[in-house]
Amino acid sequence: MQMDMFLDQFLNQAVLVKYTPLILKGAGVTVLLSVLIVLTGLTLGAGLACLRAYRIKAFSFAIVIFADVLRALPPLVLILLAFFGLPNIGVVLSSFTVLFLVLSLVLAAFAEEIVWAGITATPKGQWEAARSTGLTFTQALCYVVLPQAVRMVIPPLTNRAIAITKMTALGMVIGVPDILGQATTAQSFSANASPLTLAAIAYVVIFLPLVIASRWLEQRFTQKGS
Amino acid sequence: MASTYNEKGTPSSATLSVRALHKSFGVLPVLKGIDLHVQRSEMVFVLGPSGSGKSTMLRCCNLLEEPDSGAILIEGDKLTGPGVDLNKMRQRIGMVFQSFNLYPHLSALGNVTLALRRVLKMPREQAESEAIAALTKVGLSNRAGHFPSQLSGGQQQRVAIARALALKPTVMLFDEPTSALDPELVGDVLDVMRDVKEQGMTMLVVSHEMKFARDAADRVVFMDGGVIVEQGPPEQIFGAPTQERTRTFLSRFHG
Amino acid sequence: MEAIIQQFFNIEIMIKALPLVLKGLGVTLLICAVVIPLGALGGLFAAIASVSKNRAVRWTAIGFVDLFRAIPPLVLLIFIYAGLPFAGIQISPFVAVAVGFFLNNSAYFAEVFRAGILSVPKGQTEAARSTGMTQGQTLFWVTLPQAVRNVLPDLLSNVVEVVKLTSLASVVSLGEMLHAAGLVRSLTYNASPLVLAAGLYLVLLWPLIRLISRFERKIDT
Repeated sequence: MQMDMFLDQFLNQAVLVKYTPLILKGAGVTVLLSVLIVLTGLTLGAGLACLRAYRIKAFSFAIVIFADVLRALPPLVLILLAFFGLPNIGVVLSSFTVLFLVLSLVLAAFAEEIVWAGITATPKGQWEAARSTGLTFTQALCYVVLPQAVRMVIPPLTNRAIAITKMTALGMVIGVPDILGQATTAQSFSANASPLTLAAIAYVVIFLPLVIASRWLEQRFTQKGS
Repeated sequence: MASTYNEKGTPSSATLSVRALHKSFGVLPVLKGIDLHVQRSEMVFVLGPSGSGKSTMLRCCNLLEEPDSGAILIEGDKLTGPGVDLNKMRQRIGMVFQSFNLYPHLSALGNVTLALRRVLKMPREQAESEAIAALTKVGLSNRAGHFPSQLSGGQQQRVAIARALALKPTVMLFDEPTSALDPELVGDVLDVMRDVKEQGMTMLVVSHEMKFARDAADRVVFMDGGVIVEQGPPEQIFGAPTQERTRTFLSRFHG
Repeated sequence: MEAIIQQFFNIEIMIKALPLVLKGLGVTLLICAVVIPLGALGGLFAAIASVSKNRAVRWTAIGFVDLFRAIPPLVLLIFIYAGLPFAGIQISPFVAVAVGFFLNNSAYFAEVFRAGILSVPKGQTEAARSTGMTQGQTLFWVTLPQAVRNVLPDLLSNVVEVVKLTSLASVVSLGEMLHAAGLVRSLTYNASPLVLAAGLYLVLLWPLIRLISRFERKIDT
């Protein structure tokens, strides 16, 4: 009896069949958003870390403020601010755009700090060797230091990228039709919790392989040592 | 080859000239007026206790350290001062480091070709054949595809020498090239250095390899306390040093 | 410019919102006070289990950790809050938040503690065991103190993440800080209450973030 009720409410076959296409559509949105956020966030973050390497006071200061504020604020606060605040001053963005922009910037902030830590941890001798062969500062940064720095910080970078792409679920709050957004709609229409089960499964299918891959990466990196 | 050593050096014709070089770290003076002239194809060995300023002097020669005053000249061209393209000048000065400083993310070949391609703008094929030639000179052409982590310390240092050599520098600086190596690996590196010298390279070497200095150097310079205490042919410095400080330093090595 | 100040930095509205937002801040801190110790403790146990010599224990722990690292916390929260009533279990928003965040947090804390435990050289355990200490004593007196020290920045940054995470509680109408600010925003059609909440998050978390950055600079990767 208990079990029957559970199955009926959480794995109701009729509901599952009816809403699976919707959840799949949501999964497409989640994956698309995730890819866009990872590409934009990591590129922007690495770019800012490089800019900081030139040690121009005004730039460095601005970058640190940017990184600190975006790391300190809950993403949901930023999402609400952008979605409900900006239209009041005439900037109207779609919920998809707001979610993409906010999470890309948040990932950029974390990536900047992580890549910058990698740049500062690259031995001074690498700069010296590169400069002694006539490479310019920019060339030494691009060809010698940055590749090593990025390699060093791939595990924390991967973890952070996964954590932030998972936050695409926050899009539900402003009506992005991603997995969770579709599932909550379906749940209220069907008066049944099965769409939520489906959503949880969808997230596990998308993110569990990434989590396992990141674990594997981390293991490989710590075994190799410095 | 005849020794080109001359008691005072002839500044006008020197390949590498260091003039009145001063450098301090904070309030601590490290170099108190160094004058040194290295002639074409000459190998000059710099000896001295730790803290004598010999490494700093060497690092000033390609401006890895900024001198406070004084001048560095390569074949009469000033390294310091306005309007100097430092990156152009550095191509003429090869440097070999104590800790090799090979790029861990690039193969031996990649380590050598990087500056050829990015600084000299050589096309890939030309850069690679030049790099293979340089690796052949250090006896490692068969290791071109290996990464630094797959090479022994001695092999890594030889790749580092090839990296500097490939740019066809006017002068090469060696900063304690063997002190990070296990004793049994030192010989290979010294052999390579001897080959490089025999091909006519101008070399300034900071090192503690006394025996090698005695055999191979054209001139030995003894530094202490930020000044050059005395210099001369190896027979003279090792056989009959005129300064008390030199004698004290050398006696520690003769045991 | 005028419009930006009017819409985002309206002092008058902020003052009106302040009592409610501060009350929300109290709830935020209360959630943290419950979730952080529980999550850290749960994480510690999961971490110890995940380095166990027993295969079944080890893989169960790793499976638990990976599962809850893969599910977005908001999904978990909604599943618990909106889903459990379908199973006839009525729970308050606070309990839903506490349970959801406990599961999510334990997984993240477990990863940090696990990395810390694995960072302690094997020789340490061997030395402790050679002096006659039991496995438990070794873990408690030798391994864990070093493990915690090695991952202190990561532990701190996890705490920051938990504080930020509490904002999700607003989605299930738990009256924490963001919920309070959002409420006033919807009444005034003005974003200033959200800016006020953002400011309070900054005051709360900026010192921690600076501290973490300083720690990280000292530790060479």
